[in-house]
Amino acid sequence: MKKIAVLGLAFALALSAAGLAGCGQNQQTGGEPAEPETPALSGTITIQGSDTMVNLATAWAEKFMDENPEVEVTVQGGGSGTGIAALINGTVDFANASREMKEEEIAEAESKGINPVEHKVAIDGIAVIVNAANPVEALTMEQLGKIFRGEITNWKEVGGPDKPIVLLSRDSSSGTYEYFKEEVVGKDKEYAKTAKLLPSSQAIVDEVKANEAGIGYVGLGYISDDVKVVAIDGVKASVETAKDGTYPIARYLYMYSNGEVDGLLKAYLDWVLGPEGQALVADEGFVPLQ
Amino acid sequence: MTNLTDLSHRRSVGRTAIRRAAEAVATAIIRAAGWTAIVVLAAIALFLAWNSLRALDEVGIASILTGTSWYPTSDPGKFGAAPLVLGSLLVTVVALVVCVPVGLAAAVFLSEFAPRRFNEVSKAVIEFMAAVPSVVYGLVGVALVVPSVKSAFGLDSGLTALSGGIVLGIMALPTVVSISEDALHAVPSSLRHASLALGNTRWQTTYKVTIPAASSGIFAAVMLGVGRAIGETMAVLMLTGNAAVMPKTVLESVRTMTGTIAAEMGEVVQGGLHYSVLFVVGLILFVVTFAINLAADVVLERQRKRWGA
Repeated sequence: MKKIAVLGLAFALALSAAGLAGCGQNQQTGGEPAEPETPALSGTITIQGSDTMVNLATAWAEKFMDENPEVEVTVQGGGSGTGIAALINGTVDFANASREMKEEEIAEAESKGINPVEHKVAIDGIAVIVNAANPVEALTMEQLGKIFRGEITNWKEVGGPDKPIVLLSRDSSSGTYEYFKEEVVGKDKEYAKTAKLLPSSQAIVDEVKANEAGIGYVGLGYISDDVKVVAIDGVKASVETAKDGTYPIARYLYMYSNGEVDGLLKAYLDWVLGPEGQALVADEGFVPLQ
Repeated sequence: MTNLTDLSHRRSVGRTAIRRAAEAVATAIIRAAGWTAIVVLAAIALFLAWNSLRALDEVGIASILTGTSWYPTSDPGKFGAAPLVLGSLLVTVVALVVCVPVGLAAAVFLSEFAPRRFNEVSKAVIEFMAAVPSVVYGLVGVALVVPSVKSAFGLDSGLTALSGGIVLGIMALPTVVSISEDALHAVPSSLRHASLALGNTRWQTTYKVTIPAASSGIFAAVMLGVGRAIGETMAVLMLTGNAAVMPKTVLESVRTMTGTIAAEMGEVVQGGLHYSVLFVVGLILFVVTFAINLAADVVLERQRKRWGA
C-alpha cells in the first residue's frame, strides 16, 4: 500500500513538473494556437461592400468584437462595387464582394498602388424548389428565367400537369432576390408582377410544401426533405455542386484586402475562415467553405 | 350667526387659496399632457413629410399614386404605388364585410338581449381579443384560413386578399363590438320604454328604435374598425402573398401599403430615393387613417350632443 502511495505521489509530482515546464515554454514562444493569445488584439477594422453579405459580415463583426473587446469592426453595405471603390481609394481594410473584381477595377487599383488580394470566405447557392407532388424534375436556366418573368405561366409548358404556375419570391430587400434577378430573371428585366413576395425563405418553403403549383427559390441552407429540388441545366443544387462550380446559380463570396494581410487583419480573416466564422456562414443561410 | 359665518369664511379663504394653487398645477400638467399628444402627432406628420420631400421632388406624387409597377430595387427603380393603395383598400373592404355584420349582431345581442352575467364575461373576452398580438393572428391565419380559402375556391394559392381580409376582420371585431355596444347602451331607456309601451316587441324596439338612435355611434365604430384594419401590418404581410399586382378580385394576391413599408424599410439606404418613397407611402397611410379617425370622432361627438351623454 505504502509503495503504491509513494509511486502515486512521485507520478503526480512528475506530472506537475511537466506541466510547469510546458507553461514556461509557452511563455517563451508566445502562444500556441490552443492557448488564448496573451497580447489582446486591439485596433479597428473597416469593411464595406456587398449588400448580400452585409448581414453575414455584421454577424462576424459582432461575434469577433464580443471575443476581442479591444477591437472595433465597422461594416457598411452599399454594394460590391462601392466596397471595391473604397478599397481602391484606401478608405477601408476589406471590401466585401459577391463577385470577382473586374479587370478594369484591378487595373485602376494597381495604378493607385493598391494590390487587391482575393479571399474566398463563403459560398452563396440558391436552390429552386417545387412541391414534392410536382412531376417536373429538371428545368433549364432559360425556362427558369421565362417562368419567373411570367412568360411561361403553366406547368404543362415545361412537362408538368395543366396547372398555372404560382411564383414565390423573396422580398425585394433580400440579397437573394437581387442575385436571383441578376442570374435568372435578367439584369434589365423584371420579375412577373404576379410573383408573391414572401417575407422569409422559410415562408417560401412552407408555401411550396403546401402548394402543388408553387415554385420558389431559397438558399441551400433551407432545403428540406418535404420539397423537391429541381435540377437546373441538369445539375441538382447541393453543397458539393455549389462548391465545384457545376451548379449554375451559385457563387463565391469574397473579401478583398490590400496586399497580403498581417497582424489584426490576418487574425480577423483567419477567424472568419475558421470554425467559428464558418458556423456563422451556415447560420446566415450561406454555404460554408469546409 | 354673523360671527360664525365670518369665521368660517375667513378659514375657507385660506383653504381656497391652496386649493386654487393645486388646481392650477393640476390643470397645467393636464394641459401639458394634452399639448404633448398634439405636438407628437404634428411632429410625426412633419417627419413623414420631411422625409418624403426627395421622392415627391424626384418621382412626384402623381406618378407614385397612379403608377402600376412597383420594382423599387430595379435600376432605375419603379415606384408605382397604385397596386399598394388598391391592395390596402381591397383587404379593408373584405375585413369590413366580415366584421360589420358579426360585430353589429354581437353588439346588439350583448346590449339588448344578453343576461347581465353573460354580458360581463363576453365583454371581457372580446376585449381580450384586442390584446392578442397580430403575429399570432397571422400564424392562425397561415395554419387555418389560407388552406381553407385555397380549397374552398379551388385556388392555386391561398395567399389572397380574402385570407388577409378575413383575419383582419376578426382583428377589428373588438373595436367594432365594444364601441357599437357603448353606443347602443347610451340610447336613453325612455325611448325603449316608450316603444314597448306602444306595443312593440323587444326585437321591433331594437331594430326600429334603438339601432337607428345609435346609428351614428355604430358608424363611428365601423370607421374605427376600418382604421384598425387598414393600419394592420404583420398579419397581412403573412397572409396576402404581397404580389404588387392591380387586383381584380379578392381571390388574388395583393400587396398592402403597411406590408410594403414593413418588408422594405429594413434594407433601404437611409436618405435614398427608395427610403423616401416608403415615407410617401407612410404619408398616404397617415392621411387616410387620420381622415377616417377624424370622421369617426366627428360623428361620435354628434351622437354625444344628441343624447347629452
